[in-house]
Amino acid sequence: MEIAGQLDLTFAALADPTRRAILARLASGEASVTELARPFAMSQPAISKHLKVLEEAGLISSGREAQRRPRRLIAEPLANASAWIEDFRRFWDESFQRLDGLLEEMKAQEKTQAGPKKKGRSR
Amino acid sequence: MKNTGTLQVTMPTDNEIVLTRVFDAPRQMVYDAFSKPELLKRWFGPHGWSLAVCEVDHRVGGGFRFVLEGPNGQRMGMRGVYREVEPPKRSVHVESYDDYPGESIVTSVLTEEMGRTTLNATITYPSREIRDMVAKSGMEHGAAESYDKLADMLAAEQKVTA
Repeated sequence: MEIAGQLDLTFAALADPTRRAILARLASGEASVTELARPFAMSQPAISKHLKVLEEAGLISSGREAQRRPRRLIAEPLANASAWIEDFRRFWDESFQRLDGLLEEMKAQEKTQAGPKKKGRSR
Repeated sequence: MKNTGTLQVTMPTDNEIVLTRVFDAPRQMVYDAFSKPELLKRWFGPHGWSLAVCEVDHRVGGGFRFVLEGPNGQRMGMRGVYREVEPPKRSVHVESYDDYPGESIVTSVLTEEMGRTTLNATITYPSREIRDMVAKSGMEHGAAESYDKLADMLAAEQKVTA
């Protein structure tokens, strides 16, 4: 449940293009609010709002240096979100491989059952 | 035909994900495997997992309840309600997971060609968060990979600074 709750926060935080751009910027190193606001046509308070969402989602942290308070990325929640998606894919891929095996069995069985009888559905 | 055994994942619109998979078997057989509990129990779930609970009432308004059990006793529950049932061509159901919020609509269409059956399952996500997340990082390989790369890079960076 805790992981699911964390994922919700991660997904919600990632739903916004500005926040994704901020994360991408932070992926190449920490940056202050002023530095982060620069590439966006946005006021500093607006950027701070986005940073707050990211911080609450545990995706970034702020440094302690009094003036700059640089923001940096926290990798783990992103890794979890990515793992969730991979899990989804693996879930179906592995299930379907098992289904392939079952279908082969069913086909073989149908053949034996059909045996010398005429073709067609028995039931 | 090609691509038997290859799972394809595409995103035709903003809020949909489509799984496509070709099975080397006739359509009725594939449909049965998706709708009969005794058959579902034999394949549903990733490697090492099995259906501890599998109840299916396969008719419009009927529902299903699955509980998957993992190799270490982990449990994952899901349930759904059938909205449309047209054997062996098509079915629509609403599903939700015990551990995730929200419901998604799953439309499954089976087409048969030369004894092989193509499954097209469209999952429609209700929540913008999940939809955008999936659209962005994608269950499509390339996108998922780039996300993994970002995560790896970040993990490496953290090690350096730690």
